[in-house]
Amino acid sequence: MPTHAVSTKSAKRLVAVDRFLTFIRVFLVTMIVIGLLAFVWQQIDADNPFARWRNPGARGLTGAQFKGLLISGLSQGSMYGLIALGYSMVYGVLGFINFAHGEVFMVGAMTGFVASDKFAANGMWESNFLLCLVLIMLMAIFFSTFTAVLMERVAYRPLRNSPRLIPLITSIGVSFFIQNLVLGLFGPSTKSYPRLPEWLSAQRSVPPEQIPWPDALTFQVGGTRLLVLVVAAVSMAGLWYIVERTKTGKAMRAVAEDKEIASLMGIDVNRTIVTTFAVGGAMAGVGGILWGLMFRSVTHMTGFLPGVKAFTAAVVGGIGNLGGAMAGGISLGSAESIAPLLILEPLGVPGVSQLKDAVSFTVLVLVLLFRPSGLFGERLSSEERA
Amino acid sequence: MSTLALTMPSSAIDQDWRRVLRWGLICGGVLVALCLVGMPVELDRRELIERYLSLGYVSILLIPIVIGRIAATQVVLEGFESRKQGLFDLVTGLLVGIFGGTCLTLLIVALDSWNLRDPLVNWSPKLFRFLTYENGIGFGAMAWIVTCGLLGMLGAASHVVPTIVRRVSATVVLSLLGLSVLEGAVDDLSEGFGLDWLTDLLYAKKGGLTLTSTFVAGAVIAVVAVLTSGRVKALTTSYREKEGAERQKASMILFVVVAVLCIVLPMFLGKIMNELLANVGLFLLLALGLNIVVGLAGLLDLGYVAFFAVGGYTTAVLTSPNSPFFAPEMHFGFALVFVVIFAIIIGLVIGAPVIRMRGDYLAIVTLGFGEIIRLLFMSDWLSPYFGGAQGITNIPGVNLGFATVKGTDPRSVFYLVLFFCAIAIYVSWRLQASRLGRAWMAIREDEQVAEAMGINTVSCKLMAFVVGAVMAAFSGAVLAAKVGSIFPTSFMILISIIILVVVIVGGMGNIAGVMVGSFVLIGVLGGPKQPGLLQEFQNFKLLIYGMLLVFMMLKRPEGLVPSARRSRELHQEEFLQDAWLKGDKLGADDDDGETVGDDGGEEE
Repeated sequence: MPTHAVSTKSAKRLVAVDRFLTFIRVFLVTMIVIGLLAFVWQQIDADNPFARWRNPGARGLTGAQFKGLLISGLSQGSMYGLIALGYSMVYGVLGFINFAHGEVFMVGAMTGFVASDKFAANGMWESNFLLCLVLIMLMAIFFSTFTAVLMERVAYRPLRNSPRLIPLITSIGVSFFIQNLVLGLFGPSTKSYPRLPEWLSAQRSVPPEQIPWPDALTFQVGGTRLLVLVVAAVSMAGLWYIVERTKTGKAMRAVAEDKEIASLMGIDVNRTIVTTFAVGGAMAGVGGILWGLMFRSVTHMTGFLPGVKAFTAAVVGGIGNLGGAMAGGISLGSAESIAPLLILEPLGVPGVSQLKDAVSFTVLVLVLLFRPSGLFGERLSSEERA
Repeated sequence: MSTLALTMPSSAIDQDWRRVLRWGLICGGVLVALCLVGMPVELDRRELIERYLSLGYVSILLIPIVIGRIAATQVVLEGFESRKQGLFDLVTGLLVGIFGGTCLTLLIVALDSWNLRDPLVNWSPKLFRFLTYENGIGFGAMAWIVTCGLLGMLGAASHVVPTIVRRVSATVVLSLLGLSVLEGAVDDLSEGFGLDWLTDLLYAKKGGLTLTSTFVAGAVIAVVAVLTSGRVKALTTSYREKEGAERQKASMILFVVVAVLCIVLPMFLGKIMNELLANVGLFLLLALGLNIVVGLAGLLDLGYVAFFAVGGYTTAVLTSPNSPFFAPEMHFGFALVFVVIFAIIIGLVIGAPVIRMRGDYLAIVTLGFGEIIRLLFMSDWLSPYFGGAQGITNIPGVNLGFATVKGTDPRSVFYLVLFFCAIAIYVSWRLQASRLGRAWMAIREDEQVAEAMGINTVSCKLMAFVVGAVMAAFSGAVLAAKVGSIFPTSFMILISIIILVVVIVGGMGNIAGVMVGSFVLIGVLGGPKQPGLLQEFQNFKLLIYGMLLVFMMLKRPEGLVPSARRSRELHQEEFLQDAWLKGDKLGADDDDGETVGDDGGEEE
């Protein structure tokens, strides 16, 4: 090493940072393991000394509760996945985080509210629910797509070649702007979706009781959650078809791989980027409707947290990787719903459900510390990889 | 290049029609959106010229002027001969304005025929009355189409009339607007200096300029503008062109003037204005810290509010008797020592894991940390220590022996903030030129090259985090002493973003820019919860912040008061192009590398 004399001091500091990071990793893993062990111990013997010492009121989870948490995690996660697709695709193609994508999702949810409220007012919601559902979904897809495409045209296209942080900062501004525009247009009150028809929201067992199936593997699922899961799966399949089997999808993949070469091959890069935004926006619109049906409330701030979490999901699955985004969403949703009860409560933390959001941010930090390229690997364009 | 000067392509006229259509649509869209957001109706309560003009109408009337001007701006293509501006542009402006006016008319008709109040909260009879001037649909429609058309033409005309006319009229209109909009501030100032008679003369009793005073003040301003025309510009350019010691001297003079103003002015100001200045100071302190993190080191920290929270909570726990778990009731001065210590610790803890991440991941992860810290302060888990959602109340003021700094006495708070700001400005100024500061800038511009030059990027970035954290924590400490209570909701992510806007609008990486940014934004528009000079904009300021952020990034990423180095970095391509063109004009037949090298030589 020629710069030996200079580097000794800095090398020492580097070691300190690394040691600290190792410490964080070990600490977090230890906490998780202790929490899990405590949980298991609690399940086996509710009166064990540890459980009584840490958390006198702690009770284990019954199998049904556990399954319920898993289902709610899955359905929430599939929504994160739908939003995450947009982040992932845009990151894959343009290499920046479209911070305003959460707002696209919110626009979808808000459109759904406006339309379904009108439908409920003239009775169509009750009498002809499926038609209404399709209609509000189409409307939400339209407005979300419109928002996403307009955003690209106005704010991001002029910045295509600027330093990386500039479009990110712009997208923060766009997000802020859309939030407050919606606040100004629709007011600050919480909007609630009309109640779903009885036949839909009833509990069902999956698989149906008629089929012989072990009880332990039968899930009791609310109809709404089932609807969410089904719609998410269908849209995911549709997206997969578009990206993998159509010419447009091929163009998208080519642009994501290398813009210059793609344009040399006769692909209209601008149009492909617009398509990417549009498809991502449509997915977010579907996600918005599902969110509205499940939680039945929308405000102008609805997009913020799901947006950040969906980005987390995209990173967990490996950014640029579409299957990864969906898988990341589902794992994040499950982790968020199960981890507080599974790990934090046995550790004696009170009020764990408040820490749900903190859990997902911790997951983000953990993934970036342990495996920055995500669980399923990144797929970035050649410029981004550099 | 003269041989290459071509005429515009024949499709130019088509292009122009499309332009008219596009800008007309934009104009109409903006006008309708403004109405539906409720801005004009809300601002209508504020009279600018007594009984004749309210802020609400001005907010609408400005749109066609601005868009008319933009629409008539000629696209200058290098190498093409540009058309002389004239009648054609006036027509463009007129059409754009008429387009906008027509959209408003359609809105009026729609307001009259449907009731969409249910989803759109501002779809109200009030808006209808505002738009029709309480004179029926026909009048409203005609009035808007004609006025907007004329205003669009006026906007376009600003390209055509001689510069002096344009400059003087713009000065008159803008200063009259300022005079009437900032009535409260002018009132307060003149009261402090014992000039009440002047404001009594200027303003009507119920607010707003009187018609006579409008004309008189307008005439006076016009005369002054004609007399000083060109001088102000000459002064600023001469300042910009100064170099080395001379520049430093000029900067020193400017700085001393500002400093003296900051010390003397609050003595003459009333409570509200002092409160406002104190808020500006608090945010300036935050912005100076973020300027080091984002502006110098290039680390986009979106969770900056975490450090603000740490400062606030440390002070609250250590000084308040109401702290739930541990209440030593320390003096503010002692508490500050711990504030610094905790800020450093949290800065390192948050900084260490994120420091090696990609720039954009860093932004999201810090955002996550900012939220985690707020959620933790809010949770039941830590509420025995920090009071949860109830927060910590009853934080005493700062007892200095000769005076007590308390929220009820905003002047004292301002001086306390000023003291911290002075320290922060001095530290930032010294750091900027230091070895560490230059290392930060090198990292910002290219991390790999910086590392290759022997800079320890990890420790430099950590230092940036820590310095920024300490400044934010100071701000939090002052906030705690000022407000007297601390709640988790005082530390929303919103604050991080507003500070980011302040830094970016002002000018990233430039102390003067950050100061200008916080005065203009926090002072005029107001902070997240603190009202600014324009209290009427309370409900719309976040919308404006968002718009400003996008606008600045698109049109002027280096900020209002750019740092020389940063703007060079952002406009690198243009500089190179300029150098290339310059080289070409001189007739030099050198290859590009040479001319680029010339430009590079000037950078020192």
